[in-house]
This record gives sequence, structure tokens and C-alpha cells, in this order.
Amino acid sequence: MQDIVLANLVAIGEVPAPYQHEEGRVRMMLERFSECGLQSCSTDATGNGMAILPGTEGTDNILLFSNVDTLADEHAEPSLAFRKDEIVGPFIGDNSMALAAMASLPILLERLQIRLKANIIVMGAVRMLGHGNLEGLSGFLNNSGLPIRYGLSLEGVQLGRLNYACLGQLLCDITVRLPEDYNWVQFGATGAIISMNDIISRINKIPLPRRPLTTIVFGMIRGGVSYRNIARETVLSFEVRSESAELLSQVAQQIEDITEDVAAHSGVTVKFDIFARRAPGGLDISHPFVKQSRAIHTALGLQSQLYSTTFALTSLIEKKIPALVLGLTTGTRRDNLPEIEEAVAIEPMWIGLAQLAGVLLAIDGGFCDVA
Amino acid sequence: MWLKQWLAKRKPAKRITRPPVAVTGWLQTNTFHHSQFADLRTLVAEKEKQHLTISLCIPALNEEKTIGKEITVFKSELMSRYPLVDEIAVIDSGSTDKTCEVAQTFGADAYSAADILPETGDRKGKGENLWKAIYQLKGDIIIYVDADINNIHARFSYGLLAPLLLKPEVKYVKAFYDRPLTVSKGVRISGGGRVTEILVRPLFSLFFPELTAIIQPLSGEYAARREVLESIPFPIGYGVETAHLIDIYQRWGLRAFAQTDLDQRIHRNQSTQALGKMSFGILQTFLSRAQALDLIGEIPERSQVLRQFQVRDNTYEQVDSLLKEMERPPMLEIPAYRRKFKRH
Repeated sequence: MQDIVLANLVAIGEVPAPYQHEEGRVRMMLERFSECGLQSCSTDATGNGMAILPGTEGTDNILLFSNVDTLADEHAEPSLAFRKDEIVGPFIGDNSMALAAMASLPILLERLQIRLKANIIVMGAVRMLGHGNLEGLSGFLNNSGLPIRYGLSLEGVQLGRLNYACLGQLLCDITVRLPEDYNWVQFGATGAIISMNDIISRINKIPLPRRPLTTIVFGMIRGGVSYRNIARETVLSFEVRSESAELLSQVAQQIEDITEDVAAHSGVTVKFDIFARRAPGGLDISHPFVKQSRAIHTALGLQSQLYSTTFALTSLIEKKIPALVLGLTTGTRRDNLPEIEEAVAIEPMWIGLAQLAGVLLAIDGGFCDVA
Repeated sequence: MWLKQWLAKRKPAKRITRPPVAVTGWLQTNTFHHSQFADLRTLVAEKEKQHLTISLCIPALNEEKTIGKEITVFKSELMSRYPLVDEIAVIDSGSTDKTCEVAQTFGADAYSAADILPETGDRKGKGENLWKAIYQLKGDIIIYVDADINNIHARFSYGLLAPLLLKPEVKYVKAFYDRPLTVSKGVRISGGGRVTEILVRPLFSLFFPELTAIIQPLSGEYAARREVLESIPFPIGYGVETAHLIDIYQRWGLRAFAQTDLDQRIHRNQSTQALGKMSFGILQTFLSRAQALDLIGEIPERSQVLRQFQVRDNTYEQVDSLLKEMERPPMLEIPAYRRKFKRH
């Protein structure tokens, strides 16, 4: 079984899949799905790659999905390296490992002699990260017409995670731009970076409560062309997370006030764009789906890591579909720009796959349903 | 001396009796693309019908970074999912890294070349590994694949095996590629390989024009029937591929060959100095054969020292490398082999 999972990992993980250029990886993924015995391999209108493992009864559908897109540079040529205990390569944990596990699922279940009653729909979802804003998953849920009974979001790492709820999120860009008629003499020719600095300082001073947990993550900043030219434009990308939808709205209003104030006082143009809004929500920790999954972890010797995630479950929660996030193995990430290199451990994968088979059996047996 | 005698036995009769083959015709009938063989079920059925066993040999020296991936892909696709290959073996030249350990971890048999036929001695070189593999492995067909391929795919094996399964007259299948060499962060496209285009193709054009139909005569991937491999000598170093082509051509003609386009092969770039050494070894092998076949007259005793130059602290210094292109005799001449494989 090891060679099949790892060969799928090589086949899928070595095809580049930068945001909006995921077609190659989707094609390869579908080829692997087909080779490994999944049926009806196809792409949908959004570009997601999907296939079905038919159940013996086929009355229920379980959705198993993972993101196909990566944050890789458009011209990156990902190559995986095999070490004795681990595989190393760009974005292998997020999320080639999960795609490889999905492709290997029919063979895994066959070898374990597991025949499920429900259909399993496996999907590599495109345009999920950043500005993609979960487009692949939303597109599938809105347009497929298939009733989904349960959802499982697979992540390459970390084994033991059990995300049953989502924090609310705002994904935001602030763009500071010098206007064409910018008065260099009047305003001291400070350029866009100084104004952005002012905005960041003021956002950082917004008081955030620990309960409900609310945080702001400054993720990325870019601007200017060289060290000797005053920057005409700078862009800040950040995320606001909160357990409270009301707090998210309050923070968004405060940031908007800050940007308007800075624009008014400095003469620069400031654009505040919230391009994704996700409401907090999820399952209750006492939901049988969570309890059964925790029991499976315990049986496999894993300590469940229960925490709210910021990704993936939102679209399912909005549709009232019970959903969890599971990790498949242990791993590490090294931010080695321009590529993020990740390592996944080989040995724990088998526990991760056993966990997946166990959770699917629990769903299929009706043990995760609310009485 | 034995090489000269061995070659002399084969020169005139074969060359006169063998009708010339039109290269263009051969190119049409014996040149393939791996995609023609992507239906592995057909190949498995053909293998079973012919009751053949297939061995995959990976000669290696310090390849711990790529060997695990290569074995995993081959084992998954050609053993677990489609039972096309019966054994995967790494023949190691004495790696100082974890090549053997990694190979075994991912499910291959790993052998030290020094431990195979120890009574014949231990020589260092890829050709030595290939030669000893004939004794160690059990296959009726042996596929040789280098260990340094970054973009590994099962086609590197089945693309070479398929013509042997589907065309009984084919005895030896070479790979050819669109070969990008890895350079810093990107790839660049090369021609047919620098040593091929500068040395081997001109030599073949002069002395063996039909062999110019082999698009990449030096490619490290090929598959052959045991009956062929056991009956030809093996230079232990750089000349092994060139020797194979000449020796098989002399005995069976161009019809015995096929070649398969395996698309891209991404591998490490080699320095010009390393290519110089390769060329020197190939030239020694070629001259030995040209002389034994009376294609050229007697030439004076040749030096086996390659002299190259390097600059250190603004002064030129000569770098001498002793490169003796030794050859192993046909495996059929080794008693232990004849006993093991019941060749009488």
C-alpha cells in the first residue's frame, strides 16, 4: 500500500498548481483517480476534479475534499525528494498528501475489505486559497445538485487534528496609492509606505478581546520598485479572525474608519477591500460525528487536537452539512522563499489512513447521526 | 586480447550476409513513443503469454536523494498495480551515502557489486554493475534505468520493455528523450546530448552509418533480452553503451534494435571536464572495436591518461586522469554463470 500512496503523491505533487493555474494538477489527479478505480472522473464547471466511489446502496453521499491550489510561484517546478523516513517538497503537506490519499482510497478500502453503503465523492477543489475564497467548494455545493450527508476536509498535516468548527474570517487588502496629482511639496514627499505604516500602527492598536477570541494576522505586504524611489503604491493583505460575527463587523468598521482618516490627512488614496467574509460556526463538540472521530483517534493511540479552523468548513456549515477536518500525517514546514518546502513523515501516514477508514465506517454505519 | 578475438569472430561473415536496412524504414517501424504502450494490461497479458520474467536493474552510486522515489514509482505501477516486473534491484558501486538503506526501505533488493561474483574481482564503473546484474538478476529481460532521474515515471521502464514483448525480432531497446538539464532554478533544452553530438554521432557517421539512426546512443536507459546481454562484453566504464551498440549491430544488425521516446528526462548537469572523461572512455572503446574489426589500421599504443587543464591562482595546471577502459568478457564465459543459468 505504501508504494501506491507515495507514487500517487509523486504523480500529483510534482505537477505545479499555482492559484488559477490548477488544470494540470487536476488532469493528473483525475488520471490517478481513474487508474486507482474511482468512477465518473470528471471536472465540473468551476474546474474541480472529482470522482465517485459508488456505495453498495448509494442513497447517501459523503464528500471527501481537499484544495488543489497552492501558493507556489507560477513558474515553479515542484520536485519531491524521498528520504528514509519522510518525503520533502513544496506544498506536500498542503495539500498533495491529501490528494494522494484520496486517489489511493479505493485500493485502501479494497485491501481492508471495506464496502461502504454510501457513495464517496472525492474532490480536488480549485481556487480555494487566498483570493480564490473557497470558490471550488462553494461552486460544487451550489451547482452539483448532489445531496451531501457528511463532509470531510482532508489536510496533509497534522495527524490528530480534529477541527469541528470555524472561526469567522475577513480576508482583506488595503491599497495605499499616490494620486496622479499628488502634491509632493505640501505633504513632504513621504510616499505610500509611510501612510501604510500609519494604518498598520493604528490597526495594531485596536483592542481585541480574548473571549470571544479575535485576532488580526498581518500576512503579506508589498510595494515600491527600488530602494531609491519613493513608493507610489503599497498593498497590505491581512486576515481578521473571530469567534464572533458581531466582533468581526465591529473590527471591520474600525479599520474602515482608520483608512478614511489616513486618506483624509495624507492626501493618498486608500482602498479597503474585504474580499471574503466567512461567518463563524460549526458542530458542537458533543455532536456524535465529533465524538465518534475522537473515539477513533483514541483507539489509534492519537490525542485529538480540537480547535477551530479558519478554512474549508465554512461552505459546508452554511449548507448545514456536518463536516470535520482531519490530518493525515505529521510534518514540518520551512518557509524557504520563493517556495515553501514541507516535509511529511511516512510512517504515521498509515495511522492517518486507518483513521480515515474508521471515520468513513462510522459515518456509513450511522454512528455519527444525531439521535 | 580476448576482445580482439571475440570481435574478429564476428566481423566479415555477419557484415556480408546481413542485408542493409534502410534507416528511414527502420525509423518508421522501430521507433516508438511511450504513449503507445500506456495500456499496461496488454503488456502484462503478453508477458504472461510468453512466460517471461522481467528484472529492473538500477545501477547506483551515491543516489540517496533520488533512489527512493524511483523505486516507489516503479514498484507501485509495475509490481503492485500491474504485475509487469518481477524484481527491482539496485546494484551499488560502493556508495558512501545511504543509497542501499533507502532502496531497501522503499522495497527494492539492494546488492553491492563487490559481493556479486567475488572471484572475478571488484572494478568500479557503471558497466561493472550492469554486467554483474546479469548474474544476480533472474529476468529473461533486464531493464536498466539510471538512478538520477528527477521526473521519474513508470514509462521509463515499460516504454523500453514493450517493444521486446511485442516484437520478437527486437533484442535491445534504447531510450531517447527531449533532455532538459537541471541548471540552478530552471531547465534548458539541449540537443541530443553533448558527447553524442560532438563525438559519437560523427564516429558512427564515419564507420557505422546505420547506427546513426539511434537517436541517443548514450542514453542510460535500455532493456535487452538475456540471450543478448550474456553474450556480449561489457566495458566497465563510459564505453559500455557504445560497445553494446557496435557489438549487437555486428552480430544481429539494426533490426535487433528499437528505440522509444520517453519525453523529458530531468537529471543533473555534468561539467565539461566530466564530459571530457566520458568522451575519452568512449573513444578508447570505439578505437578498440574499430581496430579489431579492421575498420582502421594499426595505431600506436595509446595513452590511457586524459590531460585536462584548470586555472588556480592565475596559473594553469594540468590535471591528469588515468582512465583505463577495461572490459568484462561475455557473461557466458564465466563458469559460475553457466552453472547458475544452466548454459552448457
